[in-house]
Amino acid sequence: MASRGIRDRVAIIGMGCTKFGELWNKGIDDLLTDAAVEAAASAGLPIHDIDAFWLGTMTSSVSGITLSRPLKLDYKPVTRVENFCATGSEAFRNACYAVASGAYDTAMAIGVEKLKDTGYSGLTGIRAVGDGTDPGLSSPAAFSFLAPSYGHKYGVDKAQMKEVMSRIAFKNHQNGALNPRAQFQKEISMETISKAPLVAGELGVFDCSGVSDGSAAAIICRVEDAHKYCANPLYVKALSFVSGPAAGPIDPGYDYTTFPEVVRSAEDAYQQAGITDPRAQLAMAEVHDCFTPTELVLMEDMGFATRGTAWKEVLAGTFDRDGELPVNPDGGLKSFGHPIGASGLRMLFECWLQLRGEAPPERQIATVSQGRTLGLTHNLGGAPGECVSFVGIVGSELGD
Amino acid sequence: MNAGIVTWGTYLPYWRLQRAAIAQVLGSGPPKGSRAVASYDEDTTTLGVEAGRRALALGPAMPDDLLFSTPAPGYLDKTSATTLHAALGLDRACAAYDFAGSPRSALGTLLMALQSAPARRTLAIVSDLRTGLAGGAEERDAGDGAAAFLCGADGADGAVAELVGRGSASDEFLDRWRVPGETDSHVWEERFGEEMYVPLAREAFAAALKDAGIAESDIDHAIVTGLHLRAVKAVTGGLGVSAAAIAPDLLASVGNLGAAQAGVALADVLERALPGQLIVVLSLADGADALVLRTTDALPAAQAARQAAGVPTVAEQVAAGRSDLSYAAFLAWRGQLHREPPRRPDPERPGAPIVHRSEAWKYAFSASRCAVCGFRHLPPTRVCLECHSVDQMQPERLADVRGTIATFTVDHLAYSLSPPVVGVIVDFDGGGRYRCEMTDVSVPELAIGSRVEMTFRRIYTALGVHNYFWKARPLQGAPVVPEPASTPASTPASTKE
Repeated sequence: MASRGIRDRVAIIGMGCTKFGELWNKGIDDLLTDAAVEAAASAGLPIHDIDAFWLGTMTSSVSGITLSRPLKLDYKPVTRVENFCATGSEAFRNACYAVASGAYDTAMAIGVEKLKDTGYSGLTGIRAVGDGTDPGLSSPAAFSFLAPSYGHKYGVDKAQMKEVMSRIAFKNHQNGALNPRAQFQKEISMETISKAPLVAGELGVFDCSGVSDGSAAAIICRVEDAHKYCANPLYVKALSFVSGPAAGPIDPGYDYTTFPEVVRSAEDAYQQAGITDPRAQLAMAEVHDCFTPTELVLMEDMGFATRGTAWKEVLAGTFDRDGELPVNPDGGLKSFGHPIGASGLRMLFECWLQLRGEAPPERQIATVSQGRTLGLTHNLGGAPGECVSFVGIVGSELGD
Repeated sequence: MNAGIVTWGTYLPYWRLQRAAIAQVLGSGPPKGSRAVASYDEDTTTLGVEAGRRALALGPAMPDDLLFSTPAPGYLDKTSATTLHAALGLDRACAAYDFAGSPRSALGTLLMALQSAPARRTLAIVSDLRTGLAGGAEERDAGDGAAAFLCGADGADGAVAELVGRGSASDEFLDRWRVPGETDSHVWEERFGEEMYVPLAREAFAAALKDAGIAESDIDHAIVTGLHLRAVKAVTGGLGVSAAAIAPDLLASVGNLGAAQAGVALADVLERALPGQLIVVLSLADGADALVLRTTDALPAAQAARQAAGVPTVAEQVAAGRSDLSYAAFLAWRGQLHREPPRRPDPERPGAPIVHRSEAWKYAFSASRCAVCGFRHLPPTRVCLECHSVDQMQPERLADVRGTIATFTVDHLAYSLSPPVVGVIVDFDGGGRYRCEMTDVSVPELAIGSRVEMTFRRIYTALGVHNYFWKARPLQGAPVVPEPASTPASTPASTKE
């Protein structure tokens, strides 16, 4: 038994990503069409020549017909997948395995979410008939448990924690301000962030990711075929996915300062990709900053900072766009927006731009020109103590 | 074989509305004293469950029958007593009946329980949640609460008070009434009711004394109750018992508890009485009923055992009431002030089959403990988190197990009749963790390490279905901010309002 991975067996040859935001004039069909057309154009491969499709959406629709109908696909396999907020990454992972297996020559992974048609400002979730015993806390409340727990464990007082959280939002807004596809293209001052009305616990409005509409897509093929379509493809180095036993809410041993699922999936991904020092080897990381304390804890869970030190690294700017390891250079869920099914592929889209030197000069990260070739995407769904976690690694060089 | 009360329990909700708070807003009524107020997540069923839990807290005797009486039932057609039965974790063979509609049924329920007790151990629970229009006497003078009495055979069960006499007088007249669905009562001219009640009460009282073979001067404790305050006052003055024997009516502190008033007053007397004393309960409600009880030698031991177990007395609950409830919050809780809800989807109606499948968990708060490794699971599961054993679980009722707050949050987004929602992670004594809502707490008082107990509440009502489940609340009698726990997970998420 082992998680062996499929390092350097498949490559990304084209990607597309819509602008994210409150897209009142775009329906799910428009979003899927825009992302698919852009991805196909970037690969130089007509949509109708792609062999198979994996569609990720959490709440916006069901079944493969959601994609085959707007794209008028001629009797191709379309699989709809859902795995909470990691849905987009799950679509990508399964498409990669299908191509790696030899079953198909080419595949598209596409994610979409249309959240702004519900009439509610936050996520409304998928709700099956229940027994009425679920406490029904909101997502911000579920994640708000992290901040005081972290502060208590590592001796960071409430005011310092607020500053650290605000600093993460500030950085991600700075990054999003330069990104024409982001939902919020505006810098927000530390003061505005820290004084915003509270949503849950210590989380203010600016500690929460943007609720938005959007879609993103990737086209993949076997590595040996990649150069038929693309001069500079991205190679898939690692794909790891973990679903936990949901121990946190029932295990007194869980202390709300870590995501055990993230630790496991990161370890697995590093092993698949042969990474031993992620902070030094990665050019960038796109992580699941659904709420600011999440990003803080992820820095430690993924080995970018040792336990109890990430808060200092955040304040020191280690993860800024011009820092030692840029994290969420595209603005992250925080300011790029979080259309659930699309987010995992949106993260990959930033790797696609940055690692291949296609990001605009004003926001191109320096680590790439320093010779780093690897990018990480991390996508989680659920809540602290009961989540699913994806860690993927892509690179611009074979064998690295 | 004589029958009697074996044990008892009462529940007065945590909140008090100062009558001055009403007067301040509406300028009506004398601004003196306070009334007990059921929280937004309580109804007569949950009040009854809490009283029942306290009656059964010392075990081990469980009832053969459960009788529940309230003028304000949570449902019509559907039995509320079965909800109490489930929440109290009673045996499936225990029958459960409602006696609903009027305050008179409450004393009748206790009487029926005492009369069937020689053959069948019977738990009688009476509960009331008084509603009235803003500015009215009912709103000001009434109160909410519940009482429970486990009745059994004297010898076998060790009754603390035997029934030694009873008397009743019935008459049909219009004093106080409401049509089903109305939230406030109508009352006829007060003088008429007084003229009707006084002779009825005298007849019932005299009949009970005769039945017991005692005289007025033998009475150690006299309890006179009823929603017609003038009649109660007139009757009390003419009983011929000593002034010292008249039991306190609790009107100034918790208000007139309606159907629960006689039960709570009787419990209060039992908590102070000496063995061999005579207690008369006289209830004025569409007629009059009187019971005569004689306390037994078993009473002092029962009083001591209850104190040792931390079962709160009526006096303790009166003293523990929280007095800063705003009149606006009270009106919102009673549905008289329509607050804008959070911009979230309405809660879902629980599904009947899934609720039934999880009955032991949802109502009895029954967890499971792995017989192989001892790990305790809330909710109960089949596969052990710790050792992965399958189907090696023992059920464990945790409703009466206390816990400690590991961490908490204040959720301004989640749906609630009284936002914000307080979410807590509770680590239970003896193992097990659960994430639930917390109630009867104000946000600045929240603290890691605080001690909590579980309480049965109505979480919400959706499409006409009441969703009952358990919440945590501060342990009664525990300090607001206790010593830090030995293994705290974190510090408070927020102390801001």
